Amino acid sequence: MKAFENFAKGIIKENPVLVLLLGTCPTLAVTTSVSNAFGMGAAATAVLLGSNVAISALRKVIPDKVRIPSYIVIIAAFVTIVEMVMHAFVPGLYDALGVFLSLIVVNCIILGRAEMYASKNGVGASALDALGMGIGFTLALLAMSTIREVFGAGSWMGMSIPFVSEYTVPILKEAPGGFFVFGCLIALVNKFGSHKPKKEFTCEGCPSFGLCGGKCSVNDGGSGEESEAV
Amino acid sequence: MKELAYIIFTSILVNNYVLTKFLGICPFLGVSKKLDQATGMGVAVTFVMVLATLATYPINRFILSAFGLEYLQTIVFILVIAALVQLVEIILKKYIPALHASLGIYLPLITTNCAVLGVVKNNISDGYGFIESVASALGCGLGFLLAMVLFAGVRQRIETSKPPKCFEGVPITLVSAAIVSLSFYGFAGVIDSIFA
Repeated sequence: MKAFENFAKGIIKENPVLVLLLGTCPTLAVTTSVSNAFGMGAAATAVLLGSNVAISALRKVIPDKVRIPSYIVIIAAFVTIVEMVMHAFVPGLYDALGVFLSLIVVNCIILGRAEMYASKNGVGASALDALGMGIGFTLALLAMSTIREVFGAGSWMGMSIPFVSEYTVPILKEAPGGFFVFGCLIALVNKFGSHKPKKEFTCEGCPSFGLCGGKCSVNDGGSGEESEAV
Repeated sequence: MKELAYIIFTSILVNNYVLTKFLGICPFLGVSKKLDQATGMGVAVTFVMVLATLATYPINRFILSAFGLEYLQTIVFILVIAALVQLVEIILKKYIPALHASLGIYLPLITTNCAVLGVVKNNISDGYGFIESVASALGCGLGFLLAMVLFAGVRQRIETSKPPKCFEGVPITLVSAAIVSLSFYGFAGVIDSIFA
């Protein structure tokens, strides 16, 4: 039962995108179509699983002082593997995701899970955590891309939807629509969700948190306690 | 010269990294609460983007492409950027302490900023030469700075306004980012007609 909770927390209770507010860049950038979002989610889940398992297995070997660079190298290695696999087998998706595929390296979710979870827990638990977080990330991307593709282009997964495709709002597929839909989704979770998203973008989600210790942005009040609660 | 000006202005206004390409969103939303922090972060990002391009272009040209190792770009670049940022921080601390005091705290944060890695990788995939890459990095950095400064002003207005309860905090920030992004959207045609 505990193992299941460990797995399921990433999907709803600690959804990385909608509750923890991590990985905003890919969330906004690749959600223009459902197939891109699915590809991104799968790629990030694969990297997350690989890096979480590797980092958890090496957690007693990696010296504390150089842990962040070590994590980055491990993550970059997995990203390179995923990049090569996608280039070979799904070249269309590889081109569509473009630079965001290599930018999984600096995705806050992955370094964040390495720092917050995999470096402290066993291999099995870390793998479950990675799967849950990866699926949570994918589901959030799917939700957002569904809204943007259905109303922005009148299609879903490339399949045209009768009626809706005659009244599309193309701006939803463009950059401003990305910010807008994401804002509205978080507001919805705020209104109806049982787990409130964080009030502000705080530091501990940032992968460099270990390096700067929150000195980079001195938020006034509130954020400090929230970052401890997570 | 005209091409360089075109690259710089396009990357500031049309292909603004934050508002149209969604790179570097974390610092854009996290460090834009106060104008001085936003400016510091923007200047530091510009600085590191140009330096990273200066360092990675020769590495890619003379080592990675020369030996057919392009698939190592991601690993090599992130390590080079991380080492570079550390080095710059040490040098600034020793020789220009005044600059270190104002930029120093932002530097470690930039190591894993996706805008920096993004600009380096985009320059290569766009097939830019050395001078063009540096110009594009400078333009992207200045575009980031512009977006940060503009948004810091917008954020100060949000602080005093009263949105619906469920929109408080992050959602209203994102919705206002959408409006700022919409304004940049209008630049798309301008640059092309100036440089036509």
